[in-house]
Amino acid sequence: MTTARRLAAANIGFAVAAFGIAAGMALMQAVSRANLELPWRSPQMYYLSVTAHGVLMALVFTTFFIMGLGVVFTTHALDRPLRWPRLAWASFWVALVGTLAALWAIFWGKATVLYTFYPPMQAHPAFYLGLTLLVVGSWIWSAVIIATYRAWRAEHRETPAPLAVFGMLATIVVWLISTVGVAAEMLLQLIPWSLGWTKTVDPLLARMLFWYFGHPLVYFWLLPAYVVWYTVLPKVSGGKLFSDPLGRMVFALFILLSTPVGFHHQFMDPGISSGWKLLHTFNTLGIIFPSFVTAFTVVASLEIAGRSRGATGWFDWLGKLPWGDPLVSSVLLSMLLFAVGGFGGAINASYGMNSMIHNTAWVQGHFHLTVGSAVALTFMGTAYWLVPKLVRRELELSLLAKVQPYLWFAGMLLFSISNHITGLMGMPRRIYDPSYQGSAIAEAWGGLTGLSALGGLFLFISSAFFLLVMLGTVLAGRPTADTTVAFAEPLEGQPAKRILFDRLGLWIVAAIVLVLIAYAYPLAQHLQMPRFGSPGFRPF
Amino acid sequence: MHIDLYERFWMWSAGAICAAFFGTIVYGLVSEGTRPPSHVETIDPTAVWSDPRFAQPGVTANPDGSVTVTAVALMFAFQPNEIRVPAGKPVTFRLTSPDVVHGFEIVGTNANTMVIPGYVAQFTTTFATPGEYLMVCHEYCGLGHHAMMGKLIVEEAL
Ligand code: HEM
Ligand SMILES: [Cu+2]
Ligand SMILES: [Cu+2]
Repeated sequence: MTTARRLAAANIGFAVAAFGIAAGMALMQAVSRANLELPWRSPQMYYLSVTAHGVLMALVFTTFFIMGLGVVFTTHALDRPLRWPRLAWASFWVALVGTLAALWAIFWGKATVLYTFYPPMQAHPAFYLGLTLLVVGSWIWSAVIIATYRAWRAEHRETPAPLAVFGMLATIVVWLISTVGVAAEMLLQLIPWSLGWTKTVDPLLARMLFWYFGHPLVYFWLLPAYVVWYTVLPKVSGGKLFSDPLGRMVFALFILLSTPVGFHHQFMDPGISSGWKLLHTFNTLGIIFPSFVTAFTVVASLEIAGRSRGATGWFDWLGKLPWGDPLVSSVLLSMLLFAVGGFGGAINASYGMNSMIHNTAWVQGHFHLTVGSAVALTFMGTAYWLVPKLVRRELELSLLAKVQPYLWFAGMLLFSISNHITGLMGMPRRIYDPSYQGSAIAEAWGGLTGLSALGGLFLFISSAFFLLVMLGTVLAGRPTADTTVAFAEPLEGQPAKRILFDRLGLWIVAAIVLVLIAYAYPLAQHLQMPRFGSPGFRPF
Repeated sequence: MHIDLYERFWMWSAGAICAAFFGTIVYGLVSEGTRPPSHVETIDPTAVWSDPRFAQPGVTANPDGSVTVTAVALMFAFQPNEIRVPAGKPVTFRLTSPDVVHGFEIVGTNANTMVIPGYVAQFTTTFATPGEYLMVCHEYCGLGHHAMMGKLIVEEAL
């Protein structure tokens, strides 16, 4: 198990470092958007920083953390070492080298293209090559997890995979299907173009490929968080998993519906016909369902926990939960924030309303609730629970760890509510300065951007607490031998038979069929119309 | 597979909510014709200024009283950067970009589109209230992105 433990520690350690750098930059951004003067404040700095923050948070922190988590969950739930340990290390190094190359390009000002890198804005080739390597690293990791699972499966023909592993496999399936899109964008379009081998690219084709990847990307982040909600949270709060089969249903539905929805990010794009946007809208509404089911199962599991701690009334089980445990409070608060974010998501998906908020501060308010809280806060809570087991030291500075999730919650409410409102008022996202030459219309955003900056300050302090706890634990925690990673028992006991939802092969085939329906035709149609390429631009 | 009674109830409710969302969209589609915005038309981004469709950006009045606004979004301005349109009349915007991706938003209204080089964005809207509106670019387009703005003046129809 030591390979798995060290590898997981390396992945999570790097993820936490990336998070720390990105959080530092974020404070500056939140303050700049409130138009407060800062030393060295300049458009160059701002947009470079937003690029670094977006890449480090959305692509680096998440991917490395998930790779670490996947290694831990697979090896512990299956109780066997990783297959192909050298390859497993290679996944980490390839992803690391790629990340460093991309960061080099960003911090040297050669890739201020934001984390969505829409062409024809053109970055240094190292940026594209680096991000591609990050994805290649994650593919190698996927292969290692799958191989480990298959080795277990060969010895356990009839047993259903433990839910934690099933959830990670679903994550991997979503990831493998979706990264085909970004790989095509990188390899066929952006890399040859940035190296000067081709002169032009089709910017809309690039956006279609990007969002083919971009929406399932959010489920790549979210599903591992769900695994924690289903399998770790009930255990740590002293309860049981309310329903194991429904958990499997949820993961199977995500395999099915994660990808054929990407056009909901392109409602406002020219060049894509209305009917296909409509189909993606309907699929998007379907994907709300598994999250509703998750809400029930997780809350019911918590009720069991509360009752086993002595609650008897209708709602007093809520109060009996261990709110002082940093994993429990992080996850519970992240779920509350996610509920708000999900509500906004349904609005984004309704194209009529989307035209009010597309590319406004609303969107930034929205995804800081979802990936920035449901995922990131869950991961922070997971780190409090897991890192001590990985480094074999007790959690240090545990008072800070207790306070930190609440501080994040308060900061995020301030930050995201104010951004939702300024978004409704029409304030664009991704702007260095909101003053628009003193326009009276833009002035009306003023007080709220201040609140958003205050929320950013809270979030920054919260991030600092998290980093201090992590550093303290690794450097000064008291040695401990407790390394047990245990998962919640289902209320009705471990399932004995595999059910329909366990049949991964079936779900994968169904998912591919849906993807073909949703994408093959519009892409073919797109490639057939007379199109004009764009040369590259570097306005930074 | 055993599913708890309450959970069954919850799942049907969740299904009903999804169906209601579905229904709302279908209702808008059928009764109001509210479809996702879309317009498919391409243009050579390196020849925008000589293309007859965009050689003279500005406002044209159509015989039926509606107006067409032709505009170019470029780093870092709109051409023209002041647009006058009548209140209460359908206004069709046609936009394209000769360089990078831009956005187009009239603050406080639902006039909103991406502007992608190589493509013509087009949508029609009506402004009910006369007044001066702020027109901004809402997609990052380089270091001058936050300064990319213009003015839309909605005039009392004669
Ligand atoms: C430490 C607390 C955080 C603060 C104060 C913060 C603040 C901000 C601000 C002010 C922006 C710039 C928005 C703009 O100009 O449009 C931004 C963008 C962004 N943030 Fe955060 N953020 C934080 C944490 C996170 C986390 C945890 C994640 C995800 C894991 C995240 C993901 C993003 C992404 C993806 C963008 C978009 C960049 C873009 O538009 O290109 N942030 N954040
Ligand atoms: Cu999406
Ligand atoms: Cu712009």
